[in-house]
Formats: sequence, C-alpha cells, structure tokens
Amino acid sequence: MIEPVSSKGQEPDELDAYREVSEFVDDNEACFRCHGESKFQLEDELTGRVLTRKVYGDHKILREEYYASNHKSFPCFDCHSKDFAIFPHPLEGRLEEPWACLDCHGYDEDYAHYQFEKIEEEYLASTHHLATEEFSCWKCHDNHSYRISIRNTENLTETIAYDNAICLSCHADFDEFQLLTDREGINIIQTHDWLPNQGLHFQHVRCIECHTQVNDSILVAHLVLPKEEAVQNCNECHSSDSRLMHTLYKHQSLEAREKYGFLNAVVINEAYVIGANRNYFLNRASVIIFGLVIGGLAIHIIARIRKRV
Amino acid sequence: MIYLYPRYIRLWHMLNTVFMLILILTGLCMQYSSRDASIISFPVAVQMHNISGIILTASYLLFIIGNFLRGNGKHYRIQWQGFKKRMFIQLRYYMFGYLKKQNHPYPVSRERKFNPLQAFTYALIMYIALPLVVISGWGLLFPETIHGGVFGVSGLVLTDLLHVIMGFLLSIFMIIHIYTITLGHHPLRNFRSIVTGWHHTEDT
Repeated sequence: MIEPVSSKGQEPDELDAYREVSEFVDDNEACFRCHGESKFQLEDELTGRVLTRKVYGDHKILREEYYASNHKSFPCFDCHSKDFAIFPHPLEGRLEEPWACLDCHGYDEDYAHYQFEKIEEEYLASTHHLATEEFSCWKCHDNHSYRISIRNTENLTETIAYDNAICLSCHADFDEFQLLTDREGINIIQTHDWLPNQGLHFQHVRCIECHTQVNDSILVAHLVLPKEEAVQNCNECHSSDSRLMHTLYKHQSLEAREKYGFLNAVVINEAYVIGANRNYFLNRASVIIFGLVIGGLAIHIIARIRKRV
Repeated sequence: MIYLYPRYIRLWHMLNTVFMLILILTGLCMQYSSRDASIISFPVAVQMHNISGIILTASYLLFIIGNFLRGNGKHYRIQWQGFKKRMFIQLRYYMFGYLKKQNHPYPVSRERKFNPLQAFTYALIMYIALPLVVISGWGLLFPETIHGGVFGVSGLVLTDLLHVIMGFLLSIFMIIHIYTITLGHHPLRNFRSIVTGWHHTEDT
C-alpha cells in the first residue's frame, strides 16, 4: 500500500495561530500535509521504498494564505468531495464541477449588498467568459487565497499591486495564459507601449480601470472588455470627472468628492492624477486672486481712458 | 534713448515670453482637462509642456550665466534701506501719479534699469518662483525620482502643488507685467524697446 508521507509538516503548536480563524485546522491538515508543502513523499509499505515528489502549481496551497483568505474558516471538504480523502485521489473527484460564487452567495439576503447577481451578469458578458467556457470566477479569485482588498484597503498601493497580480498571473505568465487561449504570445510592456510613464501607471492604477466597463451599481466592475475597447483616451482619467472616481477611488471618495473634488479629502496622500487633482481650496483662492488682479487692472484702464493717459 | 537690453537679454526674454505663454496655456489645458473638446488635447498638451519646460530651463540658465558674466544681476539686488518707502512711492505713482501725468519717481537709467517695485518683483520671480517651478517641473517630468512625503502626503502630490502654485503666481505676474509695459508714453513703445534693445528714458 502506498501512503503519502509529509516530508516536513507542521508541529501542532505551529498551527495555533490558524486555530484562531478556523475550527477545522486539524481536519484540514489531512490535506495540507501534502498540499501545504513544497514536496511530499510516497512510501511503499511493503518494500519500504520512499519517493520524494514536488507539489506543483495549483496543487500547492500555502497555509498562511489560506487562513488569511475570505474562506479561511471553511473545512476543505465543504467545497471538495470526500473522495479526496482517498489516496491516490480518484479521477471522478478531480473532474467534479467546482462551486461557483453564486452557488453560495447568490440570491441570499445576507449577501444582497454585494450584488453577486449583477457581478455574474457582468462576468457572463465579459470577454473572459465569451473567450472560453473554461474560464470561471476562480481563475481570478483564487479559491484558496483570495481576499477582499479594495473594500478594506488601508494601503491603496498594496491593494493595486495585489489586484494587478491577479491579472498578471495569466497575462504575464504564458504557461497559465495558454491554458485558456490559443493566442501565441503575450507582452504587456509592448502592448502598453503607447502609455507614458508606463511603470507609474502600472503601480498606481489597476488593470481593470481601463479594461472594464464602469458600472456605478457595483463596487468592482467585472465586465472585462475586449482589448480593442480598452480606454486609451487620457482624459478619461485625467479630468475633473475622472473615470477613477467611478473605479479605483469609488469606495473612499463617495462622500468627499461632491464637495471637495477629486481626492482632496480622502486619498490625496496616495494619488496624483494630472487634471484630476484639483485642490478645492487652491481653486477658490486662485479664482479670487485672479479676479482681484483683473478687476484692479480694469479700474486702472478705465481711469487711463478717462484721463487720456 | 539708452541701449538697455543687450542681445543675450533680448534672446532670453523672447524665449522666456514664448515658452512661458506656451507653458501657461498647456498647463491650463492639463489642469482643467476634460473629456469634452479642449483647446489642446491632453497628450499633445503634455508633450508641448514638457518640451517647453526643457527649453525654458535652458533659457533660465542663459539668464543666470549672462547675469553672472555681464553684470546684469546687479539690477535684481534689493536695496533694503528705505525699502518700504520706495515701494510705497512707486506703487502710489502707478496708481495715481501716472494718471496725473506726474514725473516718474525713479526714472530709468543705465545704472537703474528697474524701479524699486520692479527690482523686488523681478527678483522674487527670477530667483524664487522660476527656480521652484523649474525644479518641481523636472521632478514631475521624472516622477520616479520623487520619494517620500510629509505628514502622509506623497512627495508627488506636494511637488505637483508647488508646481501649480508657482505656475499660477507666474501667470499672475505675466498679466501684471504685460499690463505695466503698456504704461509708457505710448502703450507699445516698451514692447519695441525689448525687441530693439533701445529704451526711451521718459518711459516707465
């Protein structure tokens, strides 16, 4: 009989931190003893022969990421078939249809304010879904590590990096990309050659700012557009009614923007967008100063005309 | 008539005028850019602003080097003794004396190119506002060079604020400067002076 034997594993007390967020930590270790490690060992009990094998890509799940994710409190078998308790895992289990977001979150009053139904509508119209049926929520929202970012952000730059990494995990990694498309190459840097200060744009806005259709009724737009329809007009962001107000800064600036304009009150410490960062108070002061100067000169001109000087 | 503006001053002044006006116009187009039609499109405004800023920097260096080598810098030295009184006299002349056709309290000469008010404002503009707008402009041209911030506000935003405030003050200066040039015996005679170099001594 062949049994998987974790080569390293975790000591029980090393798991204590995770026990604070999940009551299924010990149950989950049945899976994590292989999937939570970089390698695992197979032992033939008859011959005593031991083989060490690597845990590849999607099959490797880091405990610290899982127990920090949105679904950290779930036991593995909430989503996965009990067949996976058997080793080697039966093929039927591997081909099982994974749960989609709406299977749990859809049409449920508790989640109504997240509007998962609208998100699904957008997703179904998105270029991702239209391109291949193999695409699913999980391609972007990794089942084992995804965590809400923009809604709870305390550091927008980190949130942007986190969100962009989701896109780049396929669009900057051809091994992943080719699983879903027959296109022969990807080169983000080259396709964004037209974008001035490319690095700064990539650091300070998310890909979806330009690559989705804005929807005011949900926080994060999910209607990913074909590349031909991506925003290439600078003024879409670089203007007082900046598109970013409806995307990246939507959550933080809903109240403040009405009175103070783009970002003045909320996230001015993190953002700088030419044409959009118009300081409310400076604008007022400049109009007053400009008015006084023009008024003063106008009076002087009138006096010159009257005195014929 | 006196020869007041040597060739390098006229060249610098011409470059300064042309590119400052382009910078103000394109700066306004960027600052107040909109999705609707604008005078100059955003990417074109950015390009023009960047190129003009680089040329203005070169022109400013010409001004500094020229001032150093040719002694023009002495006209920008502020005489602090009796400063307030002289400023008041000059201001009063612009506001009232000029309209009553009184004689200029500080007539132009080879030794005194600028009246006290001009010397003071030109010194502020050329030695404080312009260097600040140039330095902050280069910072924004290479934003990756700007690090850190103050009290949680990013260095980029502070640089932008500094650039916009200085740009605004320079714009206000330009308006007043252009108007005061018309205060000669004929509104256009001072404009002609900066083109030819020869100044009528009875003009302000």
